[in-house]
Amino acid sequence: MPSFLVNVIIENKPGIADPEGDTILSDLVLKDKKTSVKKIRSAKMLKFQIEAKNKESAEKSVMDLCNEFRIYNPLVSKVSVETSGA
Amino acid sequence: MRVAVIVFPGSNCDRDMHHVLTDVFKLESQLVWHTDELPKNIDAIVLPGGFSYGDRLRAGVIAAHSPVIAQVKKMAEKGMPILGVCNGFQILTEAGLLPGALLKNTSLSYICRWTEIIVKNNKTPFTNKFKLNQRIPIAIANGEGRYYADKETLHLLKKNNQIVFTYAEDVNGSTMNIASICNKEGNVVGMMPHPERSAEQILNPKDAKPASMIFESLLNTLGVTA
Repeated sequence: MPSFLVNVIIENKPGIADPEGDTILSDLVLKDKKTSVKKIRSAKMLKFQIEAKNKESAEKSVMDLCNEFRIYNPLVSKVSVETSGA
Repeated sequence: MRVAVIVFPGSNCDRDMHHVLTDVFKLESQLVWHTDELPKNIDAIVLPGGFSYGDRLRAGVIAAHSPVIAQVKKMAEKGMPILGVCNGFQILTEAGLLPGALLKNTSLSYICRWTEIIVKNNKTPFTNKFKLNQRIPIAIANGEGRYYADKETLHLLKKNNQIVFTYAEDVNGSTMNIASICNKEGNVVGMMPHPERSAEQILNPKDAKPASMIFESLLNTLGVTA
């Protein structure tokens, strides 16, 4: 069975404060006069290596796991996936 | 009257809680490992503070899947008084027993200091000895203590009188300075501050009496004369 690398990216929903991103922007980037940068949002990425019959099946299995075990908190976080052949 | 204090891998306020319940307020208290059955004849449950599973992934989320939580949910449905302190509050939200979430503090720092909270609901099993708006000098110690709820949830919290304590100052960016909430029925209470560290005069630099009333309220609820 083919193997896939499914990257799950978890970040705060828009409108929920992200103090980590704000700190990186305010206390590093803008202090160095990189004023073209307008916003930074932090995120967590989990890399799942998984065997599945195809890409869609791999992503579904991973998202089912994420939902079953509350890998992300649906109240405050949004998730996106990026998949490649492992 | 027996109180179960649940112990998870990484709990570190369990013995302080057990000490206060047993030695200070003379309640029979029993430490219960998270994979064990709840004792049959308990009258209340406390989920203590700490760092269950090292706060990995998110504070409280892994402990919320512990076997004991299914039993805690059944007891919650039966109306048993349940108190979650700090990590215990985080576990109760992750388990779906309380609404909202506890996010990283706005400062991104672990905060450990004294503050004051204000009583906003004196009808719960843990606040029935207080007057409304009474102030409580109390210890806080958390890194993920910023209470968050969406607008709809906040509306319901206010409508159903579910906000139990608010901070007297902005300590960590919590929405509406919320320090504690309860479920709609009022028997499940989660709070970020630590009453077990604040209810003895030898530990409290201000006044331990108000924080001790959280435990006296429980005694009152259980029909024990304080």
